[in-house]
Amino acid sequence: MLQQDIIAVAMSGGVDSSTVAAMLVHSGESVVGLTLQLWDQTRLAGKHGIPEAPKAGRCCSLDDVYDARRVAEHLGIPYYVVNQQARFEQDVVRPFVDEYLAGRTPIPCSLCNNHLKFDQLLNTARSIGASRIATGHYAVNEYDSERQRWILKRPADLAKDQTYFLFGLTQAQLAHTLFPLGNLTKTETREIARQHGLALAEKPDSQEICFIPGGDYKQFLTAYLEEQGRPMPDSAGELVSSSGAVIGKHDGISNFTVGQRKGLGIASPSPLYVLGIDPASHRVTVGVETELATRTLRAGKLNWISIPELTASMRVRIKIRHRHEPALATLEPVGPDSGEVVAIFDEPQRAVTPGQSAVFYDGNEVVGGGWIV
Amino acid sequence: MLAGTTSNPRIYMDANATTPLLPEVVEAMRPYWMQHFGNASSIHLDGQQARTALDHARQTLAEFFNCHDAEVVFNSGGTEGDNTALFGLLHPGDHLITTSIEHSAILQSATRLAQFGVQTTFVAPQPSGLIDPVDILRAVRPETRLISVMLANNETGVLQPVEQIGKIAADTGIFFHIDAVQGAGKVKFDVRRFGCHLLSISAHKMHGPKGVGAMFVRRGTPLESMLVGGSHERRRRAGTENIAGIVGLAKAAELAMHSLEDGVLIRLAALRDQMEKDLLRLHGTGLNGALPDGRPAPRVANTTNIWFDDLDGEALVIALDLKGIAVSGGSACHSGATEPSHVLMAMGLDKARARASLRFSLLKTVSRAEIDRVLEVVPAAVQQLRTLSPVAAGTLG
Repeated sequence: MLQQDIIAVAMSGGVDSSTVAAMLVHSGESVVGLTLQLWDQTRLAGKHGIPEAPKAGRCCSLDDVYDARRVAEHLGIPYYVVNQQARFEQDVVRPFVDEYLAGRTPIPCSLCNNHLKFDQLLNTARSIGASRIATGHYAVNEYDSERQRWILKRPADLAKDQTYFLFGLTQAQLAHTLFPLGNLTKTETREIARQHGLALAEKPDSQEICFIPGGDYKQFLTAYLEEQGRPMPDSAGELVSSSGAVIGKHDGISNFTVGQRKGLGIASPSPLYVLGIDPASHRVTVGVETELATRTLRAGKLNWISIPELTASMRVRIKIRHRHEPALATLEPVGPDSGEVVAIFDEPQRAVTPGQSAVFYDGNEVVGGGWIV
Repeated sequence: MLAGTTSNPRIYMDANATTPLLPEVVEAMRPYWMQHFGNASSIHLDGQQARTALDHARQTLAEFFNCHDAEVVFNSGGTEGDNTALFGLLHPGDHLITTSIEHSAILQSATRLAQFGVQTTFVAPQPSGLIDPVDILRAVRPETRLISVMLANNETGVLQPVEQIGKIAADTGIFFHIDAVQGAGKVKFDVRRFGCHLLSISAHKMHGPKGVGAMFVRRGTPLESMLVGGSHERRRRAGTENIAGIVGLAKAAELAMHSLEDGVLIRLAALRDQMEKDLLRLHGTGLNGALPDGRPAPRVANTTNIWFDDLDGEALVIALDLKGIAVSGGSACHSGATEPSHVLMAMGLDKARARASLRFSLLKTVSRAEIDRVLEVVPAAVQQLRTLSPVAAGTLG
């Protein structure tokens, strides 16, 4: 039956997902456009310095929904906005807030991919009779019949590589997902958008965290906690040097992230950086840049893609933040039931930050990944 | 071939959202765009032709409401009527009684008026969706100036006891507005029997055009106009009259009056009841708007609202749309996503069940074949969603 062949395209109102929809329609597929309504951009507007009118380019702003709808109309496909606000708040926003309060530096986009884009969206897609979803991520997924596994690979345009945010995809999710932009550069994507007459071909890329309009996460934390009737926990404490000497005080650990240089309020002959945050004692350790470098990393809540699980040590490259160039390391399993791995880098790496993800690569393949603890 | 375009013609079961124009309505309106285009305020013949059409339409609406011609004010529709009733009567210090199941045109007006010192009591419905008139009476205060209650609820179709509320208003000397948008064409109107001072309707809910409506304003009611300018509508609503729209409204009202008497509604209710009975046979379903004994509360002939446990109502609406059936669940928020219905929540449903509720609102022209098709498609879709739904899998809290 026709309904079985539908592909649901996750449409954000940006160039990439709009182009995906256009490409699939052009190749004769039955396409339904879906936009996930994740966050009400007006909810905290105007509070604690958050801008009144969110700019375009943020997910779920009315302008972006309008743009997505116009593309769907242009392509002549059914289009729906699906309300996932409760789920987004539960699975992305609250963990994001709690991580900061616990002195870590979260990545909401990976949580959103794991819980909303590839879990909930796939469910919704199946509910409406679509067997697969397509997104505008720059990544490649292929089935390797020899290994009998779905493999996730870095895309042709390494500058747009989004595999770092996709390490949590399960085999079942990869099997039902299309990344039609994986072999294109962003320039080529915009050209295809132009060829299909998409008015938003020149729309700028979105950059910041979608639910934080001004990009200032501290404003967001304050406003969100106030709305929830939760007091901002008092996490003020001491600034200490790496030798343990108290060299100052701070107003709260959620103001800091590992590797941060600005806002420490300490005069020093050489620039000081945050080296570590201890949520129990509220101590923030600072030191000079060379002290930021570490050779080891521990990661938990793992997901494996190219291998079923890690049973022996493995040579990989590891990416520890979005703009980080993957660095050579040896990956070691930590006992059978720990659910964690340890990595030893060949060269010390700057600012290994708890809360961020560590994604392991073998060449262009994503071996798997986890969350830095 | 595009998804959503199946070989079956589409089935429209969302009449409470809007209705198509009847051919007679289109024909009645046609001369007033290009041929008789005059401004009803003009002295010349062209203006007089428009004035004649306007007067004629006013007479039809007076008959529809059972009031005097002078008590009919044309406007842009239900939202304007609701807004005008509240903003045009209430002043700082006044108290308003309304219900928590009203249309947002009432609820948001009350919210805005709170900024100007107007206090509002929102009376909650019984679990059946009925407002108890005793609760209205209990809410009366010395400073209460207006009671505003809907005639028929848009989500459940439940008919409110407006006559009893009208008596309370009369006894206590309080003005009474009825938002009758969802009752138009489904219930015989009689503003004298209703005991109201104000009543609002919209043309497009009864096969008339969008963007036009009318209000009954009882003589002597000190209603201030919202729009000021020219002296149109006896200074109660400034702005050049939308003649074609008003003619369309009058034709729709005339046809609605006929259909109230020719058995159409009896047939409609029978088809609705048959469909509802079969859908309620499905496991894990129930009727929204049932009395304690299980029977439906008094309601309009075309509406039924059913909850389906263990599925996401939003996905069901989309799945049915792609199979060619238009129904509605909850209300659309600013982006177009679905929010759980505030009406169902006010009736005591939890969020999950409110989200899993669907409104079927039938057109008068519904056919037996359409009902049969719905009874074939909906149970299958419900079954499919329950197999796949994250709600069923227990992943949603």
